[in-house]
This record gives sequence, C-alpha cells and structure tokens, in this order.
Amino acid sequence: MQTIMEQMPIVLNSLNAGFLQTLKLFFVTLLGAIPLGLIIAFGSMSRFKPLSLLTKFIVWIIRGTPLMIQMLIIYYFPGLVFNNPIWGGGETGRFLAASVSFIINYACYFSEIYRGGIQGVPKGQEEAGLVLGMTRSQIFFKVTLLQMIKRIVPPMSNEIITLVKDTALARIISLQEVIWAGQAFMKGSQGISGAIWPMFFTAFYYLIFNGILTVLLGRLEKKLDYFR
Amino acid sequence: MAILNVEHIRKSFGPTEVLKDISFSLEKGQVVSIIGSSGSGKTTLLRCINLLERPTSGKVMVNTDVIFDSEDPATQREQDLRKKRLHFGFVFQSFNLFPQYTAKGNVMLARQLLAKEQPDYKTRKKEILAEIEQQAEQLLVQIGLADRMDNYPHQLSGGQQQRVAIARALALQPDILCFDEPTSALDPELTGEVLKVMKELAEQKTTMIIVTHEMAFARDVANHVIFMDNGTICEQGTPDQVFNHPQQERTKQFLSRYTQG
Repeated sequence: MQTIMEQMPIVLNSLNAGFLQTLKLFFVTLLGAIPLGLIIAFGSMSRFKPLSLLTKFIVWIIRGTPLMIQMLIIYYFPGLVFNNPIWGGGETGRFLAASVSFIINYACYFSEIYRGGIQGVPKGQEEAGLVLGMTRSQIFFKVTLLQMIKRIVPPMSNEIITLVKDTALARIISLQEVIWAGQAFMKGSQGISGAIWPMFFTAFYYLIFNGILTVLLGRLEKKLDYFR
Repeated sequence: MAILNVEHIRKSFGPTEVLKDISFSLEKGQVVSIIGSSGSGKTTLLRCINLLERPTSGKVMVNTDVIFDSEDPATQREQDLRKKRLHFGFVFQSFNLFPQYTAKGNVMLARQLLAKEQPDYKTRKKEILAEIEQQAEQLLVQIGLADRMDNYPHQLSGGQQQRVAIARALALQPDILCFDEPTSALDPELTGEVLKVMKELAEQKTTMIIVTHEMAFARDVANHVIFMDNGTICEQGTPDQVFNHPQQERTKQFLSRYTQG
C-alpha cells in the first residue's frame, strides 16, 4: 500500500491533465456564450413579435431543463435517432458536444442578464443620443454598452463562477475533465486503486481557480467605478 | 420668414388625444416660452417638434425645409430623421448626460461621431478633432465650467450637469434650442445658475423654445408666451399680454395660482 505522498505525483499529473480539459471547456463556453447571449437578448427584445416569442420559448426550454439532460440529448440524439453520430467518437467528439451544450445553455442565461442590463439603462440615454444625431448603432456602442456592462458585471460574475463548477457535469458524457480524472483512481488507474482522496482533492482546483476569477472580476468592477 | 412653422399638430397615445390641433410659428432669434399645468401637453409638443415623437397629423417646417408632414410619406423616412433632428438642440429635464464621459467628452461626442461622415475626415483627422476639442472647451468656459471640464457627471451638481447638457446641445450649432422643463429637477439655488446661462443665450439671440414652470423667467426672457391647456393653445401673445392682461378665464386661473404661491 502506497502512502498518499507516494501517490501524489501520479495523481497530480493526472488531475492537471483533467483540469486542462476543464479550463478548455470553461473558456470555450465563455467565448461562445458571451456573444451568442447578446444575439439572443436582442431576439427576445425584438419588436417583431414572432421572433421575440420564439426566442423566449427557446430560453424557457433551456433554462427549464437540466444542463445534464441537454448534454445527453445533444451528444447521443444525432447518433441514436438519425443514425448519424455527428460528433465523432473519442475525446474530441465529447468535447465538441459538451461545448455546444454549454454554449447554448449559458448563452440563454447570459441573454437574460444582458436584457436586464440593457433595459436598466435609462431611456433618456437613448433619447439624448437621438437628439444629438447619433445612429442606433452609435448609441448602442458609444452610450449604452458600457453602462450595460457596468450593470451586468456582478450578476455575470456569479454565472461565471457557477460555470467553473458546472463544467463537472460534462462527466456525464465521459469528458475527461478533472473529476473524471480523480474518479479514475477509485476504479484503478496507473497502479492506484480504491483511492477516494484524489476526487476530494479536485475541489482545490476549483477553489483556487475561482479565487483567481473572483479577484479578476472584482478588479473589473472596480475599474468601472469611475462613473455612475 | 419664420424659422419654425408648426401647423395643425395632433398627437394621440391610444385613445387619448394629448395635442389637439396646435399651430404656432417662431422667428429667428426669438424666445418662446410654453407654460401650462402638468399634463397639458407641453412636453409632448416639444417632443413632436423635434420628432422624438411622431405627430399623429400635422406639419413641421424649419426654414423652408418640411421636416414632417403627415400627408407626405416622403418626409417621414426613418433614415432622414437623424439629420432632421440636428435642426434642434434638446435639453432634458433630467439632463441625460452620458455618465461614462467627462463634461468635455459629453460635449464632444456627437461632433466626433458626425465628423467621421465628412469626406476629408481621414486626411484631416487631427485638425478636425483638435477643432472639436477647442470648441468644447470654449463652450464650457462660456457656461462657467472651465474648471470642471474633466469631471464626470456624477461629480457635478445638478445645475452644473444641466449647464453641461446645454453646452452639449450647443456644440452641434442647432437652429433652434429646445428646453423641456430644464430646471424642474433642481432646487431653487441651482435653478438660478441654469437660468442665467439661458438668459445669456437669449441675449445672444439664440432661437429657443422653453417649456417651463418658471413664470418670472418666462415673463422676463421670452418674446412670446404660449399658455397650453388640455392639449390646446389656450392663449398666446407677448409676455405683457399673457401675464398682465390675460383674456381667457383659464389663463387667469392658472396664473393666479402662481402669484398667490
């Protein structure tokens, strides 16, 4: 029986590789969901009724069902029902399917935060832009956007920190993220088996990474403190 | 030749008719004050003139340029609205300064954006931007905020913010400057400094339409006073006519409340 200290280097190596996958999923989700959320927000605020109703319907479904189920459906549905496994096999396929699921899911949450942020900017700001001869897009980018960003940083920080931990859900389609890597040592891997501590140990990865994020997001909030 | 002609403006919000056949005109260099109780349609009239609201029917002309005519769809195109609004400067009751820009930034922003549409913008960029900055500084000096140029709106008092808003409107050199109850959000002490700036503008023959509850100011500064009641022009004339010799019962009633108070 090895001691924990002896197991440590092997375990850390494995967990690091897993956490890299966690980080990849995290950043890809943010990269996709931040702009997609804006498109969805504009869709649900559209004055064209069918579009806004359709968008709200989609947001309702995505927010009303578990991400875990969405991921299972997105990953298995094309292969099982259409006999067309579009994601391909292996880790690449799982990562793609997980990314798509996360991006859609988080974009819907972000869209609601954006909507609140945009609607929270007083109507007078838009009118002031209009009477100064600005175009709609100038008003959005030069007047509304930064005020909206300031408003949404706190709720977005919340979602972003939740996202870090939600990446663990990708375990359900066997994405080899950090918890998957930890769990492997329970079943037996690289000469270690029946060890439960590596899985507990993964908590530190989340904790430290979220600590860094909290500091960075706090700084961003501070940076936007120069106006009210 | 009048600089502004407003003909038979009507405006309804759903079943409620807020403006009922309003017509008046304004000469260049004149100041018209619109007075009346809350809900009489003063603000809506102002917003219809500069097309923040679309009149239900009627016609608005600036110089000889028809900027809105309910009979002529060619005057109602959305893409032309933007340029037409530039005939007017607009000062809001709630200032509506852009919080993320300094006082100077607020005054410069619209001109900087418009400058990009000039054909020689690329070649003369530095010159143009320098000129815009110089004009902004000059305007801020004029309204007495030389030492506040680099402050953000939340660092300014309400009166200072409203003065910046006036400078911001002046920067685009509009034909007509519109004020929508510019001092209603200010306490009496701060009201004075805003009125002083407006008085100076009147002395420089700036064409202005002022919706206000400041009766003394309307009487002293305006060339023409319009008293609105329930969506119509109840009475209009020189300040002397309206304030000292009102003909309509409703006008007397309204004014007596102010002189008593």
